[in-house]
Amino acid sequence: MFPAGRCSRTIQQEVIWGPLALHLGRNTGAVSWLRTVLHAARVLCLLFAVTGWSAAQTTNGDRPIPILTGNAGAFSFVTGGQNLIDTQINPVLLLPLGDRWLVESRVAFEGMFQRPLGGGPYQGPVTKHIDYAQVDYIASPYVTITAGRFLTPFGIFNERLYPCWIRALQPDPLILPINTAPSDGAMLRGGFALNSAANLNYAAYISATSIGISSVDSERHVGGRMGLFLSGPRLEVGGSWQRTLQDDRRNAFGFHMGWQPAKAPLNLRAEFAHSFEGSGYWIESAYRLSQAHFWQKAMRRTELVARAQQFFVGEVGADNEDALGLPGANTREADFGINYFLLDGLKAVASYGRQFSPAGNFNQWTYGVAYRFLIPLGPTGAQ
Amino acid sequence: MKAHQWKWMAALVACVLAWASFVLAGEPAGKKDAAAAPVVHVTDADSMRFQGEQRFRANCGRCHAAPHKFPPRIMATVVRHMRVRATITDEDMRLVLFYMTQ
Repeated sequence: MFPAGRCSRTIQQEVIWGPLALHLGRNTGAVSWLRTVLHAARVLCLLFAVTGWSAAQTTNGDRPIPILTGNAGAFSFVTGGQNLIDTQINPVLLLPLGDRWLVESRVAFEGMFQRPLGGGPYQGPVTKHIDYAQVDYIASPYVTITAGRFLTPFGIFNERLYPCWIRALQPDPLILPINTAPSDGAMLRGGFALNSAANLNYAAYISATSIGISSVDSERHVGGRMGLFLSGPRLEVGGSWQRTLQDDRRNAFGFHMGWQPAKAPLNLRAEFAHSFEGSGYWIESAYRLSQAHFWQKAMRRTELVARAQQFFVGEVGADNEDALGLPGANTREADFGINYFLLDGLKAVASYGRQFSPAGNFNQWTYGVAYRFLIPLGPTGAQ
Repeated sequence: MKAHQWKWMAALVACVLAWASFVLAGEPAGKKDAAAAPVVHVTDADSMRFQGEQRFRANCGRCHAAPHKFPPRIMATVVRHMRVRATITDEDMRLVLFYMTQ
């Protein structure tokens, strides 16, 4: 049993220990492993061949090169007195091709370890899944065409703020599982200036049902998101919509906002989502102490965060809510955190939260480190 | 609306938008580097740097802290990725790339 609201996406993903046990139990286990290794070798050969070809194509000084980037983290979540150790690494491959193409993919490997209730050593599942594997074609200054498996642009947290290096608080928002499962299909997206003070951004997508391959499954739906960014007050407001094209064919919608006042190092974000599975909102502020007049070297590396959120159960029932990674009852939660940027690409995080629900109130403490890495896969050019 | 009508509607919208994008682009694909082409509206280097810093703070700072600057060819890839991920405009992308590679 894992705490609600944390790693809810990955809990639903393929657990590799099951297939591992099956492999070991078969007489043909060695053959299967050999096949797996051969498949992996083929993929690696293809990757390096394409990477080398791409690097060879880009000989000019400022032409993009393939890079391997991503983030890794190790965290401890103490929820209601029970500790969960979460380790994760999320590599992102970016492969630019020519002037207008980009192949990009992010894979997540996550291990979640707990002591059993009766005591004993930490144990738990190690999960792996493909967050996205997509091809982007920049058709014009206004339109980018994307095909493949992509992050569903419903709200802003899933697509922009999810990586542990970027998010201000490590526990997921309660409403994150609402309509944010990855999509397999095609998408049109882009942004353009309406005038000198306002930009409009949009995304429209369609996803097909994909089942049978547990780490890349998806459902059939269409949807879109639109946002308006006002550069003067640095305010973005927008909305999302999605319609499921299978089973009950339900609509879902949401709103988001982000505000960064120019005079203060403050970042204020909020989301609201409503669907058949439930509805709720979160509002979060992150304040960098760079304006403090004391201990400036340390203060400018320090960020204080606060988040308030609420979830209202939908019509699917408590058991299904739990399976979706949503709370089984109406829930409120408040979180406070502190982030300290040790180096460029390395930050230490700590937070405290308390959840209020008819199912029981509890505290949640979090601490850990998050790291962002970047490895060029070609000549980088002069600095 | 029935399922097959949705499919046709989605396909039609996709085709129209794709066609419109090529028409509005005004320049054949492959003739210019979308990530590194010079900015049309702002020509002075200092002004471009200033504009780029402003756009960087407005766009990139919405989600994450400023990274150290990377070599130009890495930044070109990162900015292309962020153009798609964050749906920033073409002009913002070029100014941010100019600022981050100076």
